[in-house]
Order: sequence, then C-alpha cells, then structure tokens
Amino acid sequence: MSVEPSTLGQTVSEIVQRHGNLPTRLLQILREVQDSLTWLSPEAMDAVAKEVGLSLDKVRRVAEFYSFLYTTPRGSYDILFSDNITDRMLGNRQLLHYLCDKLKVSIGQPRADGRVTVGVTSCTGMCDQGPAALVNGYALTSLDKPRLDRIAALVNQLAPLSEWPQEYFEVTTNIRRADILLGRHFADGAALRAVLKRGPDAMLEELVKSGLRGQGGAGFKLALKWISCRKAPGAVKYVVCNADEGEPGTFKDRVLMQEYADLVFEGMTLCGRVIGARQGFVYLRGEYRYLLEPLKATLQRRREIGLLGKNILGEPGFDFDIDIHLGAGAYVCGEESALIESLEGKHGVPRIRPPFPTTHGYLNKPTVVNNVETFAVTAKIAAEGGAWFASRGTLESKGTKLLSVSGDCERPGIYEYPFGVTVRRVLEDCGARDAQGVQMAGPAGHTISSKQYDRRICFDDLSTGGSFMVFAKHRDILDGMRNFAHFFVHESCGFCTPCRVGTSLLCDLVDKVHTGHGARADLDEMRRLGRIMKAGSHCGLGQTAPNSVLDSLDQFPEAWTRRLRSTSYEPAFDLDASLGEARRLSGRDDPGAHLPDEYSAMVRLAGLLTEREAPLSDDERNLLGALP
Amino acid sequence: MSGELSFTLDNQPVPFQDGQTIMEAARAAGVYIPHLCFNPDFAPHGSCRVCLVKVNGRTQASCTTPAMAGQVVQSETEELRDIRRGILEMMFVEGNHICPACEKSGACQLQAVAYYVGMLASPFTYFYPRRALDASHPDVVIDFNRCILCELCVRASRDMDGKNVFAVQNRGIQAHLVINTPSGKLGATTFSITDKAAQVCPTGAIMMKNQGYGSPIGLRLYDRESVKIVGDVAQAPESAGGRRHE
Ligand SMILES: Cc1cc2nc3c(=O)[nH]c(=O)nc-3n(C[C@H](O)[C@H](O)[C@H](O)COP(=O)(O)O)c2cc1C
Ligand code: SF4
Ligand code: SF4
Ligand code: FES
Ligand code: FES
Repeated sequence: MSVEPSTLGQTVSEIVQRHGNLPTRLLQILREVQDSLTWLSPEAMDAVAKEVGLSLDKVRRVAEFYSFLYTTPRGSYDILFSDNITDRMLGNRQLLHYLCDKLKVSIGQPRADGRVTVGVTSCTGMCDQGPAALVNGYALTSLDKPRLDRIAALVNQLAPLSEWPQEYFEVTTNIRRADILLGRHFADGAALRAVLKRGPDAMLEELVKSGLRGQGGAGFKLALKWISCRKAPGAVKYVVCNADEGEPGTFKDRVLMQEYADLVFEGMTLCGRVIGARQGFVYLRGEYRYLLEPLKATLQRRREIGLLGKNILGEPGFDFDIDIHLGAGAYVCGEESALIESLEGKHGVPRIRPPFPTTHGYLNKPTVVNNVETFAVTAKIAAEGGAWFASRGTLESKGTKLLSVSGDCERPGIYEYPFGVTVRRVLEDCGARDAQGVQMAGPAGHTISSKQYDRRICFDDLSTGGSFMVFAKHRDILDGMRNFAHFFVHESCGFCTPCRVGTSLLCDLVDKVHTGHGARADLDEMRRLGRIMKAGSHCGLGQTAPNSVLDSLDQFPEAWTRRLRSTSYEPAFDLDASLGEARRLSGRDDPGAHLPDEYSAMVRLAGLLTEREAPLSDDERNLLGALP
Repeated sequence: MSGELSFTLDNQPVPFQDGQTIMEAARAAGVYIPHLCFNPDFAPHGSCRVCLVKVNGRTQASCTTPAMAGQVVQSETEELRDIRRGILEMMFVEGNHICPACEKSGACQLQAVAYYVGMLASPFTYFYPRRALDASHPDVVIDFNRCILCELCVRASRDMDGKNVFAVQNRGIQAHLVINTPSGKLGATTFSITDKAAQVCPTGAIMMKNQGYGSPIGLRLYDRESVKIVGDVAQAPESAGGRRHE
C-alpha cells in the first residue's frame, strides 16, 4: 500500500505527539504507526526519527529488532500462526498450509493485492487452546479448518476485525487447580491498608519470613531485591512488572493479567510504597495485545476508588501510578535488563551486569523487576502474613507455583501446587496417561523422561517459571528439540558470539540428525557447542539455549541414535544443495535437479520413513499433510 | 595486610584499583588475556566473549567484570582454552575469512588470537554468507565478510569521531554491520582515514586502499612476536604494521 506523503506525515505526527515526543515511547510509537500504515516504510521511519528527534539509524535499529515490526510491506491483515511444539502437536502446520492455499499466498509474502500476509511466530501463549494465531496482533484460538474457511472469506470481504465472530478471539483461563494464590478471596486494597498500618519495614519483615522467591524462574529472593532497591541511593525509583512471558509453553501470567489483574497491580503498588517509587510499568508481551484495553480499564477503576494515583487510600504523599508498555515479539526482552532497554524505547540487548537494575535500572534509576506471579503473591503475603505463606511448600521453596500445563494431556490449563509436588502427580492430575517425557520450564529448562517422574518441582530440584509441556509416547522427542532449536535461532539478540553463532550451528546439527543425515560425531559436536554456549554467552538466553538438546541426549539417547547413519562421520557439505543455484540458473526443474525446495525435502523424508520403522513424527505428519 | 587491593590470576597476585575490571588490572600488570571487542581506549562492550575467565569458579567476561579483592581468577586453563577456541571457530565460520589471501594476514588481531588459543581450522560447518564488499570510498575499502561485530568502529565513529558512520542492524544471526547513509555506501559518508574508526578494527574488515602486502611474510606484526607481547593491532605503532598513527 502506498500512502500519500502528507497523510503519512500527519499520521506519524499525531501519534508521536500523543506520546509526548518522548524517545522512551519509540517502540510504542512504531507499533502504532505500523497499525495505521501496515508496515514501517523508510519514509515512515524517517518521519518518526524527525518527529522524535532521533537519528534514523536508531529508529531503524528498533524497527529491525522486533519481529512484530516490519520494514518490508505486509498485508492489511497480518496473520501469524503460533509455532510452538504444542501448536505443532495440534496440527498447526497443516492449517497454515491450508490457509495459505485458501488465500493463495505463500508464507511470509504479502498477496499481490496487498491484502493479507500469513506467517509464523514463536509461541503466543495459547498452548492450552491451540492451534493459535495472531491477526493484526490479536489472539485467535482453537483454530480448525471451518474457522479458517470463514477467516479466509472475511479477509477476502475486507471485513474489519470487529465484524469477525467474537468467539474466534475468546481466550479461556482454564484454571484447573487453585491453592492459596488463585483460590482465596482477596479484598482490593487489603495489602495497601496493611502497609499503611504497619509500615514498609514490617512488610519487608513479612516478605523475609515468607521466604518468597521470584516466580519468573530464576528464584531470586524477593525480599533481598526489594531491600536493596529501597536502600539504593536516589529519590526516583521504579517498579517494573515483567509480563513478557516469552518462554514457550508458559501462559500463567496471561491468566493472572486476565483474571487477577487487581492482585498484580496491588503488588506493584505495595512495592512502590516499600521501595519509595511513584511510577510502575507493566511490560506486556505484544502477543497479549488483546489485554491492553481491559487492563487500562482496571487501572482506571483503581484510580477512581483511590487505590492508584495521588494520595492513595487518602494517605498524603502515597502516590503511585502504572503505565503499560507493549512488547513487539522478542523473547530476549523477558531478560530483565533487555526489558528495561525496551521500556526505554530501544532494541532489547541485555546490559552488562553489574550494575544490576536494583541500583541502575530504568533510566539508570534503582528499579525492581519482578514477574507477574511474584507481584500477585506479594499482595497476598502483605494481607495474610509471611508465616501463612511459608506454611506451604518445601524448606527452600516456600509457597505455591502456577504451572502452565499443555501438550498431550486431557486437561491442559493452569495448576497451582505447593512447591515440592512431583512430576508424576501433575501428570496424573492433568490426565496425561501415556507421557514419555515432559519439557519443564520451557525449551530453556529441563527435558524429563519417565525415569524422573518422582523428581520435585521446586528450586532445589526442578526449578521452573511454570511451563510444563507433555510428550505422549507416540511423539518424536526430536520434533520438540528441532522446534526449540529453531526458536532460539529466531530469538537470539545477536549481540554475543556464542549465542548468535552457536544457536545456528546447534540448530543445523539438530536438523541434520532429524532428517537422517547425522552421524555420531554430530552428537559429540552438539555437546561441545552446548558447553561453549552455556559458559560463554552474555545472557541467560544463550546460556540456557542448549539445555533441551543436552538433556535429551542424556534422557532420550535412542531418539537421537535411531536417526543416525551408521558411519561415524557424515559431511555437512551437500552436493545437491551446492549445485542447486547453478541448476536453477540453467532453468532445470526436473527431479534430477534435486532443487532444495520443500517438496523434495518431503519426498526425501517420506523415503526415509519407509526405510526405517521409526514412528511418524508430527513434523513429518504435518509436512506430509501439506504435500501438494 | 597492606593497603593494596589484589586478586590472583592463575595463582599470581594482581594488584588493582577500585573501579578497574579484571581485564584492565591484568593489562596494567602486563598479563595478557585474549580479547577482541575490548580496546583500552573504549568502555568495555562484552560481546566477543573471547576474554572469558573463571572468577571464583564462574565463567565471566574479564573485560566487564569488576576486579574485587580476594577473587580467584583462572585464565590459562585447558577448559577455558577450549571454550575460547570454540568461540574463535564460530567467528571464522560465521564470516568469510580467507587468511592466506587476506591483506591483513599476519597483522590481524583475529588471526593472532586464533593462533594464540590454538585454533588452526574450524570443525564447524561454514556458513559462507553472501556479503557484498564496499569500495565506494576513495581511501578505504570495507569488506563485511571479515566483520566479527565487535562494534569498535561503531563506537569509535559515534563516540570519538562524532560521525556515527556505522551501525549494527537486525538481530540474531541476521545481525550485520551497516553504513548509516540511505545508499548504505561508505563513499557517501564523511568517513576519513584519520578517523579513530579507521584505526580500530581488529580484523581485515576496514582496509586502506593504495597500499598492501607491505611487509613480507616473517616480518609482519604478529610474525615477529606473539599477540601476547604485541597486544592490540590498534595499539601497535603503524611503523610496526599496527594501526596506531604516531
Ligand atoms: C532470555 C530470558 C527470558 C526471560 N523471560 C522472562 C519472562 O518472560 N518473564 C519473567 O518474569 N522473567 C523472565 N526472565 C527472568 C528475568 O530476567 C528476571 O529474572 C525476572 O523477571 C525477575 O522476576 P522474579 O524474581 O519475580 O522472577 C527471563 C530471563 C531470560 C534470560
Ligand atoms: S546470549 Fe544471545 S541473547 Fe544474550 S546477548 Fe548473547 S546473543 Fe544476545
Ligand atoms: S568492521 Fe571491524 S571494527 Fe567494525 S564491527 Fe566489524 S570487526 Fe568490529
Ligand atoms: S574482549 Fe571481553 S567480551 Fe570481547
Ligand atoms: S587474516 Fe583474514 S580477516 Fe584477518
């Protein structure tokens, strides 16, 4: 679509002014400009740069970094299929090809009339109600062929999203098991009344007593973080709620933001009072765009009843407000220092640490960053006391944990358990009767086989941010490993060598073995790569990216070895691939040309499958289902 | 105890001043820790990861880790050598490095560090990326094939030359160096060979035109002495084949 220069300038200028021309709003500005213009053309970026007063390369840096921002044209309807392994288990690839056929588009390419693009994206956090997708940033759930038929028709009729059937956008919370966090009633304002009555120091004492540790995965002692931020010099401090929830298979923060937002906001306000901050931010992942308006309404309601804003609960000087920033498709922005960079409007490369956010966070001011669930729990602790919370859980891991259960089970959804629950118990409760393994804590976590089902979910054994993806016996574990390896390639920020290059090398090796071209030496090379990435990467993304491959080599060796060629070494050099370009240039398209397109990949896979008795994997089934 | 702060590096005491990193303290004490994105004239960057050491048992980048009294730092261990070698191997497969034909060969810090950590060839699969060469500038040619994304030129041009000629764009394995002009060409910028940014590249990515292969094999900067003694190409005098203008 081409836009008249004058309208472009006006659109940009209005948006930038609405954001007060602030560079810290750059990411929000670019999101909105794109919403109006469908993509960020060089002219649009130039206009933004001039209006905000930044150099063009800075604007481009942001636009090129986030996967939901486009610097090449997109359709007016932008449909992105969630491509987590759980979506794949539910047949998303077949649906993707089905929709592309219906709409006559190829993946990632806008249709000639500029009306629609169809592509894929990392997990959108709808694993319990997939296959899922996003349309212009809004979540679509429980997709099937009839829905896609209808969607294709709506796109071709140019129907605005407001006229689409609203049940397509319905996101259910699927709370299957509630304990002290989800189950007990909470009276709005209870935590704030408690802190006003007893003072910040008494609250910190309760938090120390509670033993609460960060629920985002790393398990940092909460009270320690708040105390060091309270102590940090400086009059201006910030509270940041990490609602980026990018770890594939995790969706508990989505449920909290949808159903328990008051609890989360109350925890943030409590934190503001304790550390002496007046401003809070929620960093909400772009995939949860649909929650923005409801959350803004909740904030407004809290202001109206005196729980937010100036003189909270009538206490002079108790001022605190919360602003919501949307992410734009970057898993690394869940890392707290990358998140802060992103909040400042920049691209999300993790900072050098130390210094840590508690002393040098947002705009270099002392900042507490906590997970959504952590803030919700603090509000409960303030109201009910630390001892009450500590009565649950284990010695090292107090309280409860929300698990996001998905994959092969009868009852996917949210399960709240006291820390220390065994994997076996969770599998029984969710109705996973023939699980051969579980991917715990997401692709960056632990790959568990049935030998380990008596291990406990807690910081001293299986630590987790909450992702719990079940693999039934008929699944191929390597489908998961391949999906995860591609995820990390896509999500590496590219700053440091071991992660930038290592994720690609590891992914190529996994692909090589998965397609039956691997040899023993490749498995050894994976282990060495994994060691280098873990030890050498700048941030947690690269340090944990090889975990699933390394774990599965130990836990599911046969899943790897049965795919190996019998030789000990197999060159990565592929003669046909190397000749492909010459053959294409010379106009050959006969089968003997071995052009490396998806078709020949499928033919090769099909041949491979008949050769050995390996069960049909989902990737293969998906690919085969999409055969022309 | 005397008032002097110190930590141990491979069992040798290294004194330091408050605020110094392990790398800075080691350099001041004359102890070499291999590095590429670190340059003493710039704030640490922490991206290449070649300078990894073990600090009290944890692997960390020595160029970004503050020195602290009593730290036990290990650098020249077989485990760390293997990790550093692996990182160098990654750099060589990510770009296109044709050392035997490269004009920078022998005076290239990347190559010298690779030799230092014992890397001779990479077991990893080469990416063979397609990156165009930019010879639009009258005095300088930039060969993106040899760029390791250390961002020294970016930092030098932005922070010292005040020109902001270079930038990194995109993310992940797509990250790459660009020239900040609409055409993307170096010739369209005010870049000059006297810029700091023209002196800092640790590889053969930014090369002077109208000269080349000046020193015979055997007499090139790193032929004469190991990088351990010579140090950074950007610090060595130009007369010796380094980059520093005297
Ligand atoms: C690559 C990466 C992604 C992360 N993503 C998230 C996330 O989505 N949500 C989250 O709460 N923490 C995430 N974290 C952890 C945060 O850096 C940080 O530890 C956390 O927000 C602190 O909150 P907590 O102590 O309440 O858990 C991530 C870390 C890394 C390295
Ligand atoms: S580890 Fe990966 S994500 Fe982290 S800084 Fe390095 S390249 Fe970026
Ligand atoms: S051109 Fe040289 S100095 Fe610039 S980023 Fe690349 S390797 Fe570093
Ligand atoms: S020299 Fe320390 S990370 Fe590059
Ligand atoms: S020797 Fe080729 S780039 Fe250094």
